[in-house]
Amino acid sequence: MILDSKIPEGPLAEKWDKHKFNVKLVNPANKRKYDVIIVGTGLAGASAAASLAELGYNVKAFTYHDSPRRAHSIAAQGGINAAKNYQNDGDSVYRLFYDTIKGGDYRAREANVYRLAQVSVNIIDQCVAQGVPFAREYGGLLANRSFGGAQVSRTFYARGQTGQQLLLGAYSALSRQVAYGKVKLYTRSEMLDLVVVDGQARGIITRNLITGEIEQHAAHAVVLATGGYGNVFYLSTNAKYCNATAAWRAHKKGAFFANPCFTQIHPTCIPVSGDYQSKLTLMSESLRNDGRVWVPASKETAERLRKGEIRVSDIKEEDRDYFLERKYPAFGNLVPRDVASRNAKQMCDEGRGVGGSGLAVFLDFADVIKRNGAEWVSQKYGNLFDMYAKITGENPYEQPMRIYPAVHYTMGGLWVDYNLQTTIPGLYATGECNFSDHGANRLGASALMQGLADGYFVIPYTIGDYLAQTAPKPVTTEHPAFKEAEAEVHARVQKLMSINGTRTPADFHKALGHIMWEYCGMARNAEGLQHAKAEIQKLRREFWSDLKLTGTDQEMNQMLESAGRVADFLELGELMIDDAYNRNESCGGHFREEYQTPEGEALRDDENFTYVAAWQFNGENQPEILNKEELRFENVKLTQRSYK
Amino acid sequence: MSWITKTFSSSIGRKLIMAVTGLFLCSFLVVHLLINLQMLRHDGGASFNFWAEFMGTNPVIRFMEIVLMLGLLAHIYQGLALAVKNKKARGGQAYVVNHSEQNSQWASRNMALLGTLLLIFLIVHLMNFWIRSRFDAMGGLAEVRVPNLDHPVGDLYSVAAASFKIPWYVALYALSQIALGYHLWHGFRSGFQTLGLNHRKYTPAIYLTGYGFSVIVSALFAVIPLVMFFSEAYQPRPATGNTVEQSLTTEPALR
Amino acid sequence: MAGSNPNAKPMNLTLKVWRQRNRNTAGSIVDYQVKDISPDMSFLEMLDVLNEDLLRQGEEPVAFDHDCREGICGSCNLFINGRAHGPEAGTTTCQLHMRKFSDGDTITIEPWRSAAFPVNKDLSVDRSAFDRIIQAGGYISINTGGTPDANEIPIPKDIADRAFEAATCIACGACVASCKNSSAMLFVSAKVSQLALLPQGHVERKTRVENMVAQMDKEGFGACSNIGSCAAECPVGISLENIAIMNREYINAKATSNNLA
Repeated sequence: MILDSKIPEGPLAEKWDKHKFNVKLVNPANKRKYDVIIVGTGLAGASAAASLAELGYNVKAFTYHDSPRRAHSIAAQGGINAAKNYQNDGDSVYRLFYDTIKGGDYRAREANVYRLAQVSVNIIDQCVAQGVPFAREYGGLLANRSFGGAQVSRTFYARGQTGQQLLLGAYSALSRQVAYGKVKLYTRSEMLDLVVVDGQARGIITRNLITGEIEQHAAHAVVLATGGYGNVFYLSTNAKYCNATAAWRAHKKGAFFANPCFTQIHPTCIPVSGDYQSKLTLMSESLRNDGRVWVPASKETAERLRKGEIRVSDIKEEDRDYFLERKYPAFGNLVPRDVASRNAKQMCDEGRGVGGSGLAVFLDFADVIKRNGAEWVSQKYGNLFDMYAKITGENPYEQPMRIYPAVHYTMGGLWVDYNLQTTIPGLYATGECNFSDHGANRLGASALMQGLADGYFVIPYTIGDYLAQTAPKPVTTEHPAFKEAEAEVHARVQKLMSINGTRTPADFHKALGHIMWEYCGMARNAEGLQHAKAEIQKLRREFWSDLKLTGTDQEMNQMLESAGRVADFLELGELMIDDAYNRNESCGGHFREEYQTPEGEALRDDENFTYVAAWQFNGENQPEILNKEELRFENVKLTQRSYK
Repeated sequence: MSWITKTFSSSIGRKLIMAVTGLFLCSFLVVHLLINLQMLRHDGGASFNFWAEFMGTNPVIRFMEIVLMLGLLAHIYQGLALAVKNKKARGGQAYVVNHSEQNSQWASRNMALLGTLLLIFLIVHLMNFWIRSRFDAMGGLAEVRVPNLDHPVGDLYSVAAASFKIPWYVALYALSQIALGYHLWHGFRSGFQTLGLNHRKYTPAIYLTGYGFSVIVSALFAVIPLVMFFSEAYQPRPATGNTVEQSLTTEPALR
Repeated sequence: MAGSNPNAKPMNLTLKVWRQRNRNTAGSIVDYQVKDISPDMSFLEMLDVLNEDLLRQGEEPVAFDHDCREGICGSCNLFINGRAHGPEAGTTTCQLHMRKFSDGDTITIEPWRSAAFPVNKDLSVDRSAFDRIIQAGGYISINTGGTPDANEIPIPKDIADRAFEAATCIACGACVASCKNSSAMLFVSAKVSQLALLPQGHVERKTRVENMVAQMDKEGFGACSNIGSCAAECPVGISLENIAIMNREYINAKATSNNLA
């Protein structure tokens, strides 16, 4: 199949404006005749639901949460980028575009990214008008900070809770449309399948998580805003419920899955403390501005420290290895996320890790406390230090923090064209659910930007183009495809309930996470990936023969919910491995050990891999088909990163 | 008129009634206390009787007495109505373990209980003093002459002095002041909060005033009967003293 | 695998957990034993351990609400030993750690109890009443697009900061759960005062407070009697000052709006 990205012709800066003019419009009087289903009510979903309802479409919004305000967008701490240039420091739409393309290691589409940078300025206007309480200067104007190594100050923020405030803004806009009757809200409803009628997305099958009832919902178009799949690793900074089921079900119904192996690892997370660990907590990477990363210089010292025979303070200065400062004198502790993460892993692999598990490195603030005082540190990082103390029970003012990398964001996702439409007509994907804007690596403070750009300013235009070409006839669930899809879902649920084995969903999930983290995590190699593929296949067989569930499917059954999600992760995990195996280069979040510079840096292969790998489902237990969308860089020159 | 009824039947509206009437009742307590303190003067009750006569005859005060009564009734009615409504809002199943003492003050959680205790006291109290002086009930008041007035006035002082020689009545009175103290401890500051008068500059002062007010007012109210009970200096005129004592023990309403 | 403190001793605990099949059936406390609980576990991870054990034994795990497990989504909502979110101040259930408990402790775990929060199952409750209150007016009525430049309206920093503090409410419902009157005033007032403080919210300030209070009453929440347990138990520290602001807004709206209904 030839992938048509539908990128408009013309100069980069004019593409979006031209496209907005060229798309077909739905007559205002006809808009109420169209129904749109939106799955997910995080930033991308809630903003799309509100905006489409405001235009006059009938929206049905679905969330598995008890309220649309709980999506994991809420947990984003740092901020949201926008090319406002309020600070007069040389920012521009083009610079944000350039930084995003370069940060993504040249694996994103120029046109999409440029549009993202363009609408970024509208997002801030929109959110302020909604009453989002962004940080302000004393003069009453908006404050900015620099973020993620950007050379300009373009990040808008609301203390450490930017995601929360932006989501509550979108939630309030959504709530207003619910009150007007333009959005019908389905909470505690999980999408378990997509319904495709004559090749077009026409509805979804959901399970009511309170009653267990399987329901059919029809619409003229379906938007998936269901987030990322970082929980395939079991432990990640994602919320516990985050899952890939909606996207994966759509994939199996014909939507291509793009670049699944592009996952982002965040270097400053609180380390795992035991087998019982259920999730990982991220701390803002701003900590690396003042903290120094180190491990004991020798394996023996590290071992004695782990056993509790010596204390941190017993380790002399010369016995400490400030490995980032040593290896990257120019950037020191501020090297990009992937470099910092890989080096931490390397130290632990060498047996020099700290903490009970040996899977952590120190982030030490002793120097800055000595230099500027604890008060200064508290002013700047107080809430992060408190959070760390609450979780670990240790006082980071007195002893160094322990940190370790964790899975944080997935750049891959459903393949979409310039209109955010997947390969199934009428099915759209927005936010982290799609693959489009971050290439192989996402810049800090760009996830919130993309989710809102898609929902507020892209999908309202592009979905109209599709709907205008669809007859405004009522859609119903009468087509046999609905019954079939419902029967499939029902059979799947029954199958899960009836295995009656011995292992719990979490048990399988942890085993999967272990395989993924070990072989498809921070560093990958062909041999490991092949091994992992076999392991996952074995695990999947075990899952379908040894899963244990109790209760019934006709009631609230959280273990059943979890089992369904793990089943899909077990399939997606294998595709991630296939993708990582196929991509014989290192770029962004994808580091193949075979492809590195003599200094150990990622080595891209632009000649052979400047493409989007879009995988096509080809039947159960069949290898997926690889489709390639070549990426054309007409405006930026591809260069190799260097942080020496 | 529907917006008015709607306003005052809303949860905030009801609380407004509680706050306004409550704070108004606080102002009444101050006046009442100042007059009660006159009893402690060693003048055989002359000052007290003078002010009692003033309160009973001044047209403005008589009008305010009606307002006061209506306010009191509104406070009682709304208080009970809110207690019922709030109980219903809690739902059928109570917590098996609830340590509310770790997140709030006892007085704040028990305003309805404290209010009910005060209501019981008030019934006894009103029958004893107010009904007798206003409506000539239960034998009415003996007449005495006080300085600066050219006509005789009711000898309310003797009724009080006689009552304050009865141990159980003094005990009831004094203990009720503890309930009053706790009720004011929460009620005073709470009234301001309900009226929206919360400001980081002034709220600490309102809290302090409220705590001071509740302790001082209730303590002084309680001290008066105790002093009059233990001191020989405060005696009723013999004739009325017997009447009071009889009425307190024989009136059916008081059993 | 040892955690941060290699000397931390695992604990054995007795859990008294509220079990209830669904909202139409009666519930009761059921006792469970959990063993080898690490002090480094979060409270919810301890419940995970219980649930894994129950499932392996063929029993039904305990249903409870949770998601982000980093204290921000507002999903988790357990009444632990007589306190909303347990004994630690300023902490959601998911951020409460087992080091706050001791070996041999008995821990009673109940759902939020309020007529407006019916129990779904076990410890999970239905808080959709909160959503309906926001739907009644917890927004600024502007459509997407056509908004003025974000710097068009300067907002004094202290006003922006106070609005932010009110806006940090996570809608967990601890205020309602711990209030003797089951009042939702802290939750509602946080939104009312956030939008009343900001100039963008001034246009609708009267109708907003009127409608949100009306919906709050309709949902069956009790009236505030300024007890203060809500603010004491609020995991994000929403201040009682917001309730005073809402009272003020309400009085002003009722006295001066053109709304005769």
